[in-house]
Amino acid sequence: MRQKKDTGLIGLTALSAAMMMAALYLALAGAPEANLKSETGRLAQRIIYFHIPTAWVGFLAFFVTFAAGVGYLRTQARRWDIVALASAEIGTAFMLGVLLSGSIWARPAWGVWWVWDERLTLSLIQFLVYAGYLMLRGTVEDPARRARFAAVYGIAAFVSVPINFIAIRLWRTQHPLMFGAEKGGLSPEMMFAFFFCLIAFTLWYAALLGHRIRLERLRDEVEAVKQNM
Amino acid sequence: MGYLVAAYAVLWAISFGLVLSLVVRQRRLEAELEVLRQAMEEKSSVP
Repeated sequence: MRQKKDTGLIGLTALSAAMMMAALYLALAGAPEANLKSETGRLAQRIIYFHIPTAWVGFLAFFVTFAAGVGYLRTQARRWDIVALASAEIGTAFMLGVLLSGSIWARPAWGVWWVWDERLTLSLIQFLVYAGYLMLRGTVEDPARRARFAAVYGIAAFVSVPINFIAIRLWRTQHPLMFGAEKGGLSPEMMFAFFFCLIAFTLWYAALLGHRIRLERLRDEVEAVKQNM
Repeated sequence: MGYLVAAYAVLWAISFGLVLSLVVRQRRLEAELEVLRQAMEEKSSVP
């Protein structure tokens, strides 16, 4: 059974890695150029093919942490705590990627690395909130207490996701609106590349989650052997 | 061009960093598990 699961994970990893390579090609060369005057702007626009899917994975990962937190509080089953931890760790890493790639995009697009507008500030807060989640886990010794605290924290922290998502619709932020915008946004020709990148990133997240869960189970195995000695 | 390269380099570095951290932690745990199992076997073989 375990071998079958491992084979599935290896297959998923290989598929997602191949799709990430194809996504890289599409993002850098395959997708049509944006209709912008400056060459710097046109090149910088290609960042969005990876920037938005990275943000999507961050949001998805935090939703999984939220759902796993609910699962843990209902069942007290260790497997939910493992999923929540694994997903939060991946989500936090991807949110760091969103902040950095967004900042690099902002420099040629806005002329500054950072502005304290609602979307950017909320993204930074969200990153810090989940970094806090990971730090909190390290401070509680008792596994049951740690899992319970983390589940409650993970559920509460998820509030930041919908607020961050709708921030550019609620407030007049400097951050562009990619979908539902009257002006700007993605042309239909760019949509294929964009959605391909989105699927590739989602599969990549699933593969990383599988490996992270496997790692945590191995840690449990080590702890169990130690207890038996 | 520099900004594009920098953005993609950052995103790939984070992704590879994550994978590398998983691989390193997994190898450490596998090695630890092996040592523990050997110790248990030795312990059980002692009359």
